Amino acid sequence: MDLLNVILLEATANAGGAIGAGLAAIAAGIGIGQIGKGAVEAIARQPEAANDIRSSMILTAALVEGAALFAIIVGFLAMVL
Amino acid sequence: MAAWRLKSLMVAVFSILGGLVWASEPPAGDGHAAPQKKFNASEVIFGHVLNGHEFHFMDIDGHPISIPLPIILYSPERGWTGFMSSHFEHGHKNHNGYAMLNEHSIHEMKLDPKKFSVGDIVAVNEEGHYDASVTVYDLSMTRNVVQMLIALILFVWIMLKVAARYKKGEGVKTAPSGMQGMLEPVITFVRDEVAHPNLGHKAEKYLPYLLTVFFFILINNIFGLIPGSANVTGNIAFTAVLGVISMLVILFSSNAHFWQHIFNPPGVPFLVKFILVPVEFLGIFIKPFSLIIRLFANMVAGHIIIICLISLIFIFGELSAVAGWGASPLAIGFTVFIYLIEVLVAFLQAFIFTMLTAVFIGQAFEGEHHDEAHAAHH
Repeated sequence: MDLLNVILLEATANAGGAIGAGLAAIAAGIGIGQIGKGAVEAIARQPEAANDIRSSMILTAALVEGAALFAIIVGFLAMVL
Repeated sequence: MAAWRLKSLMVAVFSILGGLVWASEPPAGDGHAAPQKKFNASEVIFGHVLNGHEFHFMDIDGHPISIPLPIILYSPERGWTGFMSSHFEHGHKNHNGYAMLNEHSIHEMKLDPKKFSVGDIVAVNEEGHYDASVTVYDLSMTRNVVQMLIALILFVWIMLKVAARYKKGEGVKTAPSGMQGMLEPVITFVRDEVAHPNLGHKAEKYLPYLLTVFFFILINNIFGLIPGSANVTGNIAFTAVLGVISMLVILFSSNAHFWQHIFNPPGVPFLVKFILVPVEFLGIFIKPFSLIIRLFANMVAGHIIIICLISLIFIFGELSAVAGWGASPLAIGFTVFIYLIEVLVAFLQAFIFTMLTAVFIGQAFEGEHHDEAHAAHH
């Protein structure tokens, strides 16, 4: 019973960590994709503002990616701790 | 013409990389006295991503090729001890009353694997057993420290050299030349796109800090990409110190309006303040914390991906030699692709850290003029 518990716990922890990281990747993909979509549409409407739009896009993408990386770090901690 | 040259270049690059893989693969089979150890991917990955007491490049025939580094230990019971890490012979020998742990010795000495990990230095008594009565503080020059110092010396030397040329007057009225040409666009970019838009009239005051942070992170990121180097920016301690320094800069440039917005946000209904004030207060710490985690996770994730893709070759090689060879071109192709992305990420993360620091500093001292607008809104 103890062995089964240990095996289940460790496997669940690893699986939980991996699933969490996968969800984080999906979320980052969706979020940054929408940022890109908004930026590209904005540039299409007003090409002169391309530089400002591009820097806002990069800044916002970094913030969203930071959130996704939080989730990946937590997933990793779930595996290790 | 250009396509022909690009194709020759790619052939040359892939041949060289394939040749390196071939050269470093340990020769299979019977000439060996020692049994071939099973390839332990996680040991390789963590060996590269974590800190260590030597620069380790490769293992040939079971012999590690590495540069040993000085180990400096302090123990209240035994005093200061210093020696080169080669005396430990990669964890196989004890030296001078200390032992470097490997997986085998953690088992043998019955140490808790959650508290001790491979590479830790512990005190042992004469028989070689763990001596719990002696505390050891490991103050060695590990590879992160040495690489950071090398990057620092290179960075300071380049900057002082270029500054001296500007002081002599070269590149001030004429076009910049040499190293000036490489640095001036980057410095003007940080000044005009990062500092001035976010900091306004106080940009010049913060420019030294912003430029230092940007170039320091950039040069350590680039050094970390060299094969065999240490993973300095992918170390949470390194990024944590940078984040804490940024937080101190932000806090010391705050004004009364910043604190008023946190503890008494204008134009907010009274009951909402009970939720908003704790959130805003935590935000002071969470924003630099996100800087820390963002830089750390980006760098460590990139390094792990590159090592994993190369390890795929060896993992497939465990199944059969043919599978290993077949996986090589694919794995190396992906690795080169991810490597180029990592170069981009190196620049991008340095830029993002700097820009977000500038944004947060700007938020800390802005805001006298729109309090009336807030009140009129709500």
